[in-house]
Amino acid sequence: MSVLLEEVTVRVPVADGDLLILEPTSLELTERRVALVGPNGAGKSTLARLLNGLALASSGRVLVDGLDPAHQGREVRRKVGFTFTDPAAQLVMPTVAEDVALSLRRTHRNRSEREAAALGVLTCYGLEHLAERSVHGLSGGQRQLLALAGVLATEPDILVADEPTTLLDLRNARMIGDLLLGLPQRLVLVTHDLELAARCDRALLVDDGRVVADGPAQDVVDHYRVTT
Amino acid sequence: MSMIGDYRPGATLLHRLPAGVKLLGMLVAAVATVAARGWAASLVALAVAAALLAWSGAGLRVTVKALRGIALVAVLLFAWQTWQHGWPRAVETVGDIVALVLLATVLTATTRVQDILDAITAGLRPLRRVGVDADRVALAFALTIRAIPATLELAVETRQAAQARGLERSLRARLVPFVIRLVARAHETGAALHARGVGDRD
Repeated sequence: MSVLLEEVTVRVPVADGDLLILEPTSLELTERRVALVGPNGAGKSTLARLLNGLALASSGRVLVDGLDPAHQGREVRRKVGFTFTDPAAQLVMPTVAEDVALSLRRTHRNRSEREAAALGVLTCYGLEHLAERSVHGLSGGQRQLLALAGVLATEPDILVADEPTTLLDLRNARMIGDLLLGLPQRLVLVTHDLELAARCDRALLVDDGRVVADGPAQDVVDHYRVTT
Repeated sequence: MSMIGDYRPGATLLHRLPAGVKLLGMLVAAVATVAARGWAASLVALAVAAALLAWSGAGLRVTVKALRGIALVAVLLFAWQTWQHGWPRAVETVGDIVALVLLATVLTATTRVQDILDAITAGLRPLRRVGVDADRVALAFALTIRAIPATLELAVETRQAAQARGLERSLRARLVPFVIRLVARAHETGAALHARGVGDRD
């Protein structure tokens, strides 16, 4: 599955005109695990959101497996899952099992099949013992894991994770990081965790709305460390 | 935190009734509560709702916690109505609101949200011919239930943040960040649902 950006820019309206938050960017992502690193406000999340259609290109073209998120958003979202930094905003149902089941409503119309599938997903991520627990009662790591499970339940081909470990303690950050890197899906990971980024196959250093370095993850991370 | 939106497992008849029946029953009860005039009718509605809640086995703690969310509004409304229209109107207005909250608590304490979603989806499916998207209506319902505890959680966090800065008496320091965070949270939740493909038309 190809992910292609052709001369993509993103502008947002501000009081005195438009602000360019992503300069013309052309990329082809073919590696299984790609990290996006760079300072806050550099445009990493915007770049990541383009892949799922959460952000749309102001000019240029994004193609995910030949599909344009601007015109085929629904099809693209079925191929590209997305998780956010704060899992609290992603968990919309009262209990753990119900939240995963929500992701499965489209594919499993029958309720008992849906519940069984949800339990299967929870078992896959070691959350089955929390199935009936309120999402409010979960720890930060459990919440993030559940948010991931909710997205992965839809079986996307690509997972885009936007700073999934930022709010977690060291143990949970390692657990989530290991899980992400071990997924069979392709991964696009926005992160400030440079150790995690270095374990990817490729990294892009984004700064001031531009990709300023692109290559093997360890090399890009080293470059980032030296130039910052 | 226990309040509207929290399911309490149990084996009462209220738990066993189909979600659709409970939803319909609640709708009828809510309309009857609001339509019946006079303070005595409100007290009857309140007593019935309280009895149902007790029957559901939700317990006093759940009841108190459910009412805590509207306590301030209820007190202010009661005072205002008493001042403007006299105590009978105040009892009627606030009694109706409290009865409705208790009824909603009965529904959510005895019914899984998943069951409510299925009931709404099944009930509205025939209306697809006239353009009603049953899944979206059900999702909106679920989000509304979820929004209650999430909003209260944000209110507590914002109040604590104001206290930490010594601004606990400043209404502005509590209200402005609360509204901004609420809007931001709604935006994030919308984006998260969008990203999960929830609510997409087939």
